[in-house]
Amino acid sequence: MSASVLFDTPGPKARRRHRIFTIVSLLVLVGFLVLVVMRLNDRGQLEYALWEPFLTPAYLEVILEALLKTLQMAFGAILLAIAFGVVFGIAKLSDHRIVRAPAWLVVEFFRAVPVLLLMTFFWLAFSIGGGPLSPFWCVVIALTLYNGSVLAEVLRAGINAVPPGQAEAAYAIGMRKSQVIWLIQLPQAVKIMLPALISQCVVALKDTSLGFYITAPGLTAVMRPIYLEFQNQVPTAIVIALIYIIVNLLLTGLATYLQHKLVGEKKQLDVPMVGGVDSGRAV
Amino acid sequence: MEAITTDFDLYLKGFGLTVGLFVASGIASLVFGALLAAARVGPISVLAKASAAYVTLFRNTPLLMIFIFIAIAMPRIGFTFNFVEEIRVGDWNISGFFFRACLALTLYTSAFVCEAFRSGINAVPLGQAEAARALGLTFGQNMTNIVMPQAMRAVVPPLTSVQIALIKNTSVAAAFGIAEATATMRQLGNRYGDQTVEIFFFIAVGYIIIVEVVALGSYALERRWKAAAR
Repeated sequence: MSASVLFDTPGPKARRRHRIFTIVSLLVLVGFLVLVVMRLNDRGQLEYALWEPFLTPAYLEVILEALLKTLQMAFGAILLAIAFGVVFGIAKLSDHRIVRAPAWLVVEFFRAVPVLLLMTFFWLAFSIGGGPLSPFWCVVIALTLYNGSVLAEVLRAGINAVPPGQAEAAYAIGMRKSQVIWLIQLPQAVKIMLPALISQCVVALKDTSLGFYITAPGLTAVMRPIYLEFQNQVPTAIVIALIYIIVNLLLTGLATYLQHKLVGEKKQLDVPMVGGVDSGRAV
Repeated sequence: MEAITTDFDLYLKGFGLTVGLFVASGIASLVFGALLAAARVGPISVLAKASAAYVTLFRNTPLLMIFIFIAIAMPRIGFTFNFVEEIRVGDWNISGFFFRACLALTLYTSAFVCEAFRSGINAVPLGQAEAARALGLTFGQNMTNIVMPQAMRAVVPPLTSVQIALIKNTSVAAAFGIAEATATMRQLGNRYGDQTVEIFFFIAVGYIIIVEVVALGSYALERRWKAAAR
């Protein structure tokens, strides 16, 4: 950033000072990394035997299968959440309080409650001891309810972000409210919402790892058998974390691309958080 | 109903731990996040890049993975953090579990706190600082009188949503040996298998109360600072 709010273009003195700070901080950072690597080496964590499973086709297959399960849970949940979000988002925009109030209550409830609590609840109530749901579906349902509620807010904010002249013009040519929403506002809102929707995929993907607590399959769950067999906790954690990071960065890249392509450099959509305070994105 | 009334002390203890985790890691993440943000917007490009790398890594890793790093991987290279159990303040001492959970929550949340601060500083119009410099204010005066007051106001809403997410994220500690609210639900659910719905409802209400208190506090703060600006 050349034009920063915080400081002027540095003069010769400041540049010299910056150079010194640069060298010092570089030394500190490199020193820290060297210490980490030395520590790993000291404790024998860099030995080939511990990393071997991640180069063995049979184990890679297991990990890829787990990745597939994670992706299935995340995208299954997002698809269901879109349906949930459309229903409740539009219900929140209703003119009738009798529709609006319950929709508001449902959306606020599921946004304020931890996803892990929802998962554990479904697991205790419907899965454990021969219940009808597998842990896989407990994860999907919990993620659907949470992400669906967030998407309901995203949808509402997206529809409200469509210029009001659009709806006024539609009413003026005699459309009904449902036609205005479905034919005029929603198609334009989708364009504004798409980046926020993909960011929500990242959130859902990260949250699938919570299935670990309720014995659901997935990338996090597959770590346990691997590190129990090889006692390679550190390499396993590093490899699996890298897989998550790479998949999430790909999704984030897609979101940024769509943001530039569809919305332009404009600010991201403001989604009000739980409790009705303006703006801010869910984590 | 019976499950909650007979084991009300468990319920309170669970939420006590949830609030404890939230307050401890909330404060720590604000401090560490502010340092990261300072490095991120500062003039030293190496620090800015390091901070950006930290944010990218930790934002894209699931919180549970960070817990696994701290609680399962770190002990393998000799970091159990059990030394905190030696520290005693009066009758209080911290358990290793609690400290590891706070550490994981702090490392994760700091990345989001950093982004919130950065967006707040970026929200201050460039002309404000330029005008201040044109008036001859020093860097310190510029920061304390012009940039920070405006940045702080812009930072409250995103920071609140980060902290609300932290309240919900404390539930992940349940998977790592802490009997906070979510673990309490699992425990009570196992004990009273026929009352899962009531137990869930009461635990959920507890979380909602904490979330609403923080949200209302932030709303009050925002209104107060808005009034002061006029």
